[in-house]
Amino acid sequence: MVPADQGGGVMRADLLAEPTAGLDEALAAVDAFDRALTGGLLRPQPAQAAGLAELAGAVAGTPLAARVAEAADRAAAGAAGEDHLVALAAARTALLGSVHDALMTRVVEATGRPHDEEPAPAPGEQPAVNLLAAARSWLCDLARCGWRGIDHEVVSGAAQVVSAMLPDPALRRLATLLDGFAAELAACCPGATLDRVPERRWADLWSRATLLTVPGAAGTPVTSTVTGRLLPLGVDVQEHATAVQAQVHAVFEPADGGTPRLVRAGVSVPKPDTVVGAGLWQLLRPHLSLLAAVSEGRSMDLADMPVTAEGDLVWADGHARPGEPADAFATARVALPTATGTATAALDRHPARIAVPVFLEGYTAGQDDGTLTFTVAGHALAVDTDRVPAAGPLTPEAVAASGACIGLLRWDNGAYRVQPLAVETTVRKKAVAIHAGGWAGGTTDKAGVKAEKAATDAVAVLRERAGKLLRK
Amino acid sequence: MSDWERSSTARVIPPARPRKLAKVPFVELADGRLQGVVSSGSDIERVYVSSIAAGSWTFACSTNNNRPCGGARGGFCNHIRALVNEAVLQYGAERVARYLRVETADGEPDAQGVTDAMSAARPPQGDTAAAAPVFSRFLRHLAYLELAPTTAPLPEMQWFPPTRAVA
Ligand SMILES: [Zn+2]
Repeated sequence: MVPADQGGGVMRADLLAEPTAGLDEALAAVDAFDRALTGGLLRPQPAQAAGLAELAGAVAGTPLAARVAEAADRAAAGAAGEDHLVALAAARTALLGSVHDALMTRVVEATGRPHDEEPAPAPGEQPAVNLLAAARSWLCDLARCGWRGIDHEVVSGAAQVVSAMLPDPALRRLATLLDGFAAELAACCPGATLDRVPERRWADLWSRATLLTVPGAAGTPVTSTVTGRLLPLGVDVQEHATAVQAQVHAVFEPADGGTPRLVRAGVSVPKPDTVVGAGLWQLLRPHLSLLAAVSEGRSMDLADMPVTAEGDLVWADGHARPGEPADAFATARVALPTATGTATAALDRHPARIAVPVFLEGYTAGQDDGTLTFTVAGHALAVDTDRVPAAGPLTPEAVAASGACIGLLRWDNGAYRVQPLAVETTVRKKAVAIHAGGWAGGTTDKAGVKAEKAATDAVAVLRERAGKLLRK
Repeated sequence: MSDWERSSTARVIPPARPRKLAKVPFVELADGRLQGVVSSGSDIERVYVSSIAAGSWTFACSTNNNRPCGGARGGFCNHIRALVNEAVLQYGAERVARYLRVETADGEPDAQGVTDAMSAARPPQGDTAAAAPVFSRFLRHLAYLELAPTTAPLPEMQWFPPTRAVA
């Protein structure tokens, strides 16, 4: 076991287990509101009115207090207008923002790395107000129905709005969110017969979408450019039926010798639901040369690459070229401990948004109730192997047998957990590194080649059909 | 240890399973129907729009030019059978059976069992009114291939983690 005071990359996981003051109270108010939303706000019952009042009470000491109190009152009477529902969404988001901040304070302590507290600037303006209003109207219909009251008719109201929004890059964030959300709701209709309702999740998606309908909320302005060396740590993939995003987490070393910082570079694209697995890499690969660099184990040299205040590179291949070979585990051991984390935009302060690169070694792998755990500094940290993409060489078995791990520290459902991005393990008596995003740039792996072929065929069929039908 | 209701990233629907698309390029469980587009075996230019309603199992099959399918008189045609088969490949038999409200005899549904259970009930043949909206949903589905990727951050996707679980 590596001593916890060695400094550098070793995480004080024991700190993650300590209770955080105020956390349970904030989440209880969120849950009370979420239950009210589940029943729908058309004709609220006394228990729902109490839930709305609990949310309002939880933000009583904030600048939102008066507006939220009024909104909760009106909603309890079954008379909430759109502005009232937006106010309730804002209150819930503010509460989860405070939860996020408390959780991040712990993360910063546990990783022992510096963290940039500079607040992110306010987002910019955004056009297409009519579509935003249409989206908000649909979301308000949902709130009135409640998850228990949804049916195909109300859910299908999203389709037209989403179709109109998707082609406009300025509306992509809201469109992608609504698309994934509506597909989930459609698969669960009618709500009255559901065995159980994902209350936290759907209230999250509803609140976030509702706030994104406020003009100007969804901007991600570029605030500067960076020049220097980019050292990839690993790839995180997110997907729903009709969208996928790959995000590379990396350490950026400025050419001028300034402090290294943590950055992300991502690419996302809408997709037909039948494009899955290796097909996702095929869609993304041509638009982010960094994915190839990750697969090849290379750094990249950046020149004037645009970056947001949150540390998201807005990638353009023209500003990057392949650099020297760079082993992700060397980066994790040497560069990561000194890299500064970046601040989070106001709207993004939510526990689900926490994804902090960490390096773990000297842990003991175990099982707790069917979940893999790494015991680090005496604390059993859950390992979220389900987030490892199926189209890649990393398997839950390899994670369980590993001796070192690069991961993303996340929090959900009351606990921190680590999502593996890469592990060091022993295969046939040889030490090897296996990356979750190993196939991002392509692969010669036998299973990988087969998956790539199947995906190529699927997309070819669809493109052929699209060529015939869409341009008639 | 896990409280699904309190999870922001609870997995609600498993991802579609990969399948070959040549025969049935489009299938979906939507609008209260299993519906989709089936390639004609003989004419590359022609496709059939087929559907089965959940609960009543009212079925319909016609070409995209609204000509009724000759095979779908009095019972399921081959297009509808292919549609069920491919839906089971894509979504898993259990989800398809649950959506259509089919209870199979032995409790462990498969494509054949689901088709037989519906067919044995002698479901009514519907009109071809659904064909136009289904075909336009197919076009909408294809249009996803034409949308431009972006390298601007999409933080909303943090709520949509992948899962290794299959349908
Ligand atoms: Zn037919």
